[in-house]
Amino acid sequence: MLNVMNGFFAIYLREMRLLRQRFWRQISSMMVLPLLYMVAFGTAMAGHSPLAGHSYLEFLIPGLVAMTCMTQSYGIATEINVARFYLHVFEEFQAAPIPNAAYVLGEVCAAMTRAALGVAVILSIALLYSVKVRVDAFFLLAAMLNAFVFAALGVIMAMLVKSHADQSLLTTFVITPMSFLGGTLFPVESLPGWAQHLVYLLPLTHASNAIRGAALGLPPQLTDFAVLAAISALFFAVALACVGRARD
Amino acid sequence: MIILDNLQKRYGDRAALAGVSFAVKPGELFAYLGPNGAGKSTTIRILAGLTRLSGGRAIVGGADIESDPLTAKRQCGLVVQHTNVDNDLSLAQNMDIHGRLFGMSAVDRAEQTRTLLDYVDLGERRDQRVGTLSGGMKRRLMIARALMHRPRILFLDEPTVGLDAEVRRRMWGLIKTIQAGGTTVLLTTHYIEEAEFLADRVAFIDHGKLCALDTPAALMTRIGQWAIDRPGQTQMSSEYFADHAAARAAAADCGDALTLRRVNLEDAFLRLTGKGALPC
Repeated sequence: MLNVMNGFFAIYLREMRLLRQRFWRQISSMMVLPLLYMVAFGTAMAGHSPLAGHSYLEFLIPGLVAMTCMTQSYGIATEINVARFYLHVFEEFQAAPIPNAAYVLGEVCAAMTRAALGVAVILSIALLYSVKVRVDAFFLLAAMLNAFVFAALGVIMAMLVKSHADQSLLTTFVITPMSFLGGTLFPVESLPGWAQHLVYLLPLTHASNAIRGAALGLPPQLTDFAVLAAISALFFAVALACVGRARD
Repeated sequence: MIILDNLQKRYGDRAALAGVSFAVKPGELFAYLGPNGAGKSTTIRILAGLTRLSGGRAIVGGADIESDPLTAKRQCGLVVQHTNVDNDLSLAQNMDIHGRLFGMSAVDRAEQTRTLLDYVDLGERRDQRVGTLSGGMKRRLMIARALMHRPRILFLDEPTVGLDAEVRRRMWGLIKTIQAGGTTVLLTTHYIEEAEFLADRVAFIDHGKLCALDTPAALMTRIGQWAIDRPGQTQMSSEYFADHAAARAAAADCGDALTLRRVNLEDAFLRLTGKGALPC
């Protein structure tokens, strides 16, 4: 247990030190996409609210929170990739007397911290636009589960790829489509029935639902939380196995 | 201290290690010598837990690297062939992260960081970004970092590759000092003079197989004491003699176009691995 804690904290601290080095660059890059979405969609869709009693921006902000949570936590894959293929620092962790769980937990928590920063940025922008977002325990739980799912997925992908190029391909084919289809920018109910079944296979759809429900003060849909928790556990287990298999 | 028992590693159909066995004694400086691609780094990577073995056993500090990797790793320091430091962190931060990975206390980490960075002449640069260091400085930092948790065993994979002659000599002094402190050192190199200068014992490896293992002096004695080099059409050929008189007589018969000299470890390597040319 001591090995897990020592290892976890060393890995987490390293990522935080690196994040601190480029804090303002990171924060400003986190603002670009949400601001673009808010300006573009917020203006274009101003009179078309998909939810009765709520503006489009009130619908959009929780979707952007879910999306940012996903992209920021999944972004840990790039950091791991650099540590593995460019800096080779990953070998330092492999040679250390720490269990794989310590490594995965350290990277996942670092990714969740990045996601929390991203969420704070979105909520700050929402404040500037005077958009009401209710941040309660369900909101935080949904955001944390969402970040955990994609952080663990980021670790898995970083362990499976063999180069930087593979990594960006995966992002293009997995993360980008999910950003648009996961109930972030428009309601899933507006899709045809068969498409709805498909998008409900995506974890981001459940995260968007759960975060939006909490943000708008709707009763929590426990199914969404249960699905996210189950996927978190599954991805964490797969990430552990992948780190073990990363020895060549 | 380190036992390799029929160690094997395959990548698909290719055998990188084809059943290597040897043991390194406590406190010994053991050099593992061979050309590029011979299997030296693969051996080190298996012993350090970076690479999975395909067959055989590896015991490090009394612990099996496959069944009890954490115990084995706790006793080892590793300097890999390529640079593997965090360029965006300072020297002290790189050392600190390593200390934390090995469960060292805050006081111990601070003390060891100060002592070891001074030891490798990098004390004044402790708060500098690692990315600003030269290649030689990064190698010294890697050695300091590997010693951070006071390992009983140190794996050095080509520690002087790419360094200029002066820095290489300094590294040799450093490695000798580390061994004098009681650390067992397993060093891979393809610089024959490095193995000859540093090692208590040397193993020759080629194509994943061990060709010879002994002290440098014993390996040289196996082929003789004196050598004459004769220039050929494409490469130099050498003849070896047990005594000086026989070598001089042979040299006299051949005219001026040859050199009479003492046998060195390079001769032993070429003869015992059956190679016609020097390893590059």
